Amino acid sequence: MNKERFEIVEDPIPVDEVIQKVVHPNAGAVNVFIGTVREMTNGKRTIYLKYEAYIPMAIKQFRVIEAEILKRWPEVRLAITHRIGELHITDTAVVIACSSPHRAASFEACRYAIERIKEIVPIWKKEHWVNGECWVGDQKEQHAYPNGEPEKEGL
Amino acid sequence: MIKILLFAGLKDRVGKSFITLENGPMTVSELKKELEKVSGLENLTNVMVAVNETYADGDVVVRAGDTVALIPPVSGG
Repeated sequence: MNKERFEIVEDPIPVDEVIQKVVHPNAGAVNVFIGTVREMTNGKRTIYLKYEAYIPMAIKQFRVIEAEILKRWPEVRLAITHRIGELHITDTAVVIACSSPHRAASFEACRYAIERIKEIVPIWKKEHWVNGECWVGDQKEQHAYPNGEPEKEGL
Repeated sequence: MIKILLFAGLKDRVGKSFITLENGPMTVSELKKELEKVSGLENLTNVMVAVNETYADGDVVVRAGDTVALIPPVSGG
């Protein structure tokens, strides 16, 4: 089993391995977030997604998120694995595991981690539909940018 | 030589995963203007830039040997 707590992989994510990276004797709670590929987005049917990452920087940014979490919740232990490549409906794209001595911190830190991933980690997804494809451009999935970057009015 | 990595929609538009520039040193803002001239990419003003895998502001100086990346809005998770 790979002991690296922050990983980008191309194969299906072994969820239990991610969890085991944060289990330890003083943990009384493990919170797990699993992000999966959704079929319908704003009325459009996704056929598959393609994820791409700037891998070395993405790993660094996972560590930035960990540092931010440790400032707020010093006893949390965090592991993140994100999958890239072609993913189909219901496939797991990301697994975040957060452990802490008491449950509240593990819930809060796990939520914090997924929100920050969507803001600062250089990973991109391209949605492929029946009639076309588009890079999802906005950090919080509010907008798509057909040209691959924000249009002027979107800034 | 400065290597500039491209991702997602920017990579698709240029048709390459990286561009190299021979000039420099220059600031990140100057580099964006230079890239607009040589690559055909437009409106790079608001695209995020990373220098050596760290987000960098417009006044950061880029030198030969540095790896720059244009970071379009991210959508992981």
